[in-house]
Amino acid sequence: MKPILIRGGRVIDPASGLDATVDVLLLDGKVTAVGANLAREGAEVLDAAGCVVAPGFVDLHVHLREPGREDVETIATGARAAAAGGFTSVCAMPNTDPVTDNQAAVGFIVSQARRAGSARVYPIGAVSLGQKGEQLAEFGELVGAGAVAVSDDGRPVATAHLMRTALEYALSFGIPVIDHCEDVSLSAGGAMHEGLVSTRLGLKGIPRSSEDVIVARDIQLAELTGGHVHLAHCSTAGAVAMIRTAKARGVRVTAEVTPHHLALTDAACAEYDTHAKMNPPLREAPDVAALRAGLADGTIDCIATDHAPHHYDAKEQEFDNAPFGVVGLETALGVALTELVDGKVLDLPALVRCLATRPAEIAHLTAGTLAPGAPADVVVFDPAARWTVEPARFFSKSRNTPFAGRALRGVVRWTIVGGAIVHRLGDVPAGR
Amino acid sequence: MSRGQLGKDLLGLEHLSADDLRLILDTAEPFKEISERAIKKVPVLRGKTIVNLFFEPSTRTRISFEFAEKRLSADTVNVASAGSSVVKGETLVDTARNLEAMRIDMVVMRHGSSGAAKFLAERIESNVINAGDGKHEHPTQGLLDLLTIRDHRPIAGTKVCIVGDVLHSRVARSNIWGLLKLGAEVAVCGPQTLLPLGIGELGVKVFRRIEEAIEWADVLNVLRLQLERMQAGYVPSTREYYRVFGVTLERLERAPRELLILHPGPMNRGVEIDSRVADGPHSVILNQVTNGVAVRMAVLYLLAGGKPELAESAKGAPER
Repeated sequence: MKPILIRGGRVIDPASGLDATVDVLLLDGKVTAVGANLAREGAEVLDAAGCVVAPGFVDLHVHLREPGREDVETIATGARAAAAGGFTSVCAMPNTDPVTDNQAAVGFIVSQARRAGSARVYPIGAVSLGQKGEQLAEFGELVGAGAVAVSDDGRPVATAHLMRTALEYALSFGIPVIDHCEDVSLSAGGAMHEGLVSTRLGLKGIPRSSEDVIVARDIQLAELTGGHVHLAHCSTAGAVAMIRTAKARGVRVTAEVTPHHLALTDAACAEYDTHAKMNPPLREAPDVAALRAGLADGTIDCIATDHAPHHYDAKEQEFDNAPFGVVGLETALGVALTELVDGKVLDLPALVRCLATRPAEIAHLTAGTLAPGAPADVVVFDPAARWTVEPARFFSKSRNTPFAGRALRGVVRWTIVGGAIVHRLGDVPAGR
Repeated sequence: MSRGQLGKDLLGLEHLSADDLRLILDTAEPFKEISERAIKKVPVLRGKTIVNLFFEPSTRTRISFEFAEKRLSADTVNVASAGSSVVKGETLVDTARNLEAMRIDMVVMRHGSSGAAKFLAERIESNVINAGDGKHEHPTQGLLDLLTIRDHRPIAGTKVCIVGDVLHSRVARSNIWGLLKLGAEVAVCGPQTLLPLGIGELGVKVFRRIEEAIEWADVLNVLRLQLERMQAGYVPSTREYYRVFGVTLERLERAPRELLILHPGPMNRGVEIDSRVADGPHSVILNQVTNGVAVRMAVLYLLAGGKPELAESAKGAPER
């Protein structure tokens, strides 16, 4: 493998406290040196002047749809979309068909990802067999095959008892239990956030309390068990407040938020745009403000996309009938830079911490740092370059984004995984 | 496709101006008389093709539209979801595009999903009239309620209370928008389980006791309580609902003034309304039905590009 020398960029590595204009040398799949005026015979030199050089981003929450819905995404296309968005590691949720609830299913994802040769894909196993909320899956075998966490995402861990046992049992394997916090008895039939907009539109609402009661439950159970609960896609001000106080008293709770929940409100649903339909739903401005404040003060640990590809036909329907979810891998950086950095919520080092350092720590991945000896997983992006979101140009098979037509800043120049360039600016999807 | 002063479609009252509403109501006035003639037909929509696309059961609204269309001499086709290609899995947009490929001029649609009428209107060239979309709007019902109130008293300044299942009611939403725009004071009354969150922010008063609503109001618009609301646990029983929220003669007799009583139908006698009230001297429930035809004629006429000032002459001589 040819060495790579990334020259003259602003290198930001929160894990090693580095923020300086230096060079980075990648050799044999590892970061070998970070410093001024590096040189290496025969290296491919990437001119990163004006760019940020950061550890490749880590996404704790993607849906790659394989096996089962290869028509909307595959592990290969999802991993390629990840690379285009600057992500070098993504964690694939287990709500596929069949469900990733056994070691063979985990092994399939690992082998498909290896063949794809793009971003790394780490499987997340199911908490319960078939995600049915009844019997615990075999965490030991899931982890043995390569799973890095467990979750019944798409739905909540069904009962408090199951959550308690999952948190306790996971302690033996050192993995987080990721929960999708939704009391389905409160959200049943809902299509969007319950508020003035849902009242106007005549759509059944999903109240904030649907999320908050399960966040409260999970925090209590993490405290009881000493287990690590990671709360997926937080959307309410109430969740942020509860996580903040729980962390202050030492509960092992971590949390993520999506770019869309940081950037949009339920007003995006006002014209029945099914690309604004997701679960949890887009909330109101005070929730967005609380989520931003939570991310800024570390209450919310990281940004995760909840990349959820859906077929054109599925979203081209009456709002009630359209499925929940939006794609996010290829817009996350642009939305974060435009909304959070320009919006003075985070500075660039804090953003890198939310996109790379913290998510890698939460899932205990060997990733998220440029310290010498770390895997050569690197993103080089131009934070000033402006672009407009054109879904037709996505590497993802699906186009269901709420950000179509948005002017964003921040363009990925190179994404490097294990010392190999897996994405360059200007690449176009194969077959197009 | 025609484009009159109202634009291409009638999807709801929320986005209409007070002038638009007055235009429709004023245009309905001359059309009222046509239905009173021996020969109830004028040629203003001759040659126009209209499809009545009903994805939910409806008697009153569908027949009212059909009469309005026929009395304006349009050619009409009724499509009900049962027995159509919809039950074979065809999507809404495919159904509509196929109809349009047969060169139609207008679609009148009833659909169970909120926003369905807008969805359709954005995807076909024909005029779309919303005949009720989910829990969103039922604009022609709102208009006929306005017309019926206006027949009895000026709308501006009148206190109208909408009673019952506002949460699930498209009629309530269209009424609220229409009444507010024309200067009425609007309230809703019902158990909190059937009132949508934030309804007060729309500019309406909220009563949780029917006695207070009756004391306040000049007009009650009493909504139907659907029986599935009991199964879903919104109210415990129809018996208790009648006792606590029913619009009864005894309650009205205690009112400080005589109230006008509206109901969009179909009624559950002895659940939301007392028969002695529904059939009583202050009930205008059947006037609503009569006005429904005139209002729908006005909407069809205006969307087809008819000139409001010509509505009087358009009714002209009966077709021979």
